[in-house]
Amino acid sequence: MRPDARLKWKTRVFAIIVILSNALGNFFLDRGMRGRVTTTPLEYVTVILTPWVMLGISLLILWLLSRMALLSWADLSYVLPVTSLGYVASALIGRFFLNEHISPQRWAGTLLIVAGTILVGMGTHAGDEL
Amino acid sequence: MNSWFLVSTVVGSTVLGDLLQSFEMKRHGEIHDFDPRVLPKLLATLARKKFLILGIFFMAISFFAFITLLETADLSFAVPVSAASLVLETILAKLVLKERVDTRRWIGAILVLAGVVLLAQ
Repeated sequence: MRPDARLKWKTRVFAIIVILSNALGNFFLDRGMRGRVTTTPLEYVTVILTPWVMLGISLLILWLLSRMALLSWADLSYVLPVTSLGYVASALIGRFFLNEHISPQRWAGTLLIVAGTILVGMGTHAGDEL
Repeated sequence: MNSWFLVSTVVGSTVLGDLLQSFEMKRHGEIHDFDPRVLPKLLATLARKKFLILGIFFMAISFFAFITLLETADLSFAVPVSAASLVLETILAKLVLKERVDTRRWIGAILVLAGVVLLAQ
């Protein structure tokens, strides 16, 4: 594979890992934390050690590390809008796994994020290929 | 705690955290090798980078200010307000990190911001 084609794929793969690990991490945290009341530090630690919360935290660690790796070669002004697709992923997770209702306004917001991301991804120059 | 103080803390520390992380990771150079056997060594190298640690410190401040903000503010207020960092960071990516931000990228960043505001309503 040509070097620029290789970098292009590497950037895409890492952007997808960053987006999914963030959305899934928040989903599992939400699942694990929802409805729990913590009053003492011991209860707090007990909640953190439950499987869903641990899974959420592991995914957020993966998010931090994959984002740092992506920032080692891709522009910040590229990484920020592209990884905002995580908002879209969260909306879809809410719709299909948490049975949340998504208003037309939210779908419009989702479309704007996708459109903005495509624009940023297309407007590339050397060093920040999509 | 005052909401606007918390909002400023979230936005300010996100901006500082991201700029420091991006600066230090660029200075480190592109990461090529993701072999699990060499990853601990890579993490040990990264753990010695001052700006990176400072960047992660600011991200932690941003995270805790954000969850404190959520104790009193609605999620539909907290999310669009913290997305303001996106535009501020694009400006600073150009001025501080000297990235070439073309017109398309500006329009894209503004569309994303508008989308986040709509999504969070």
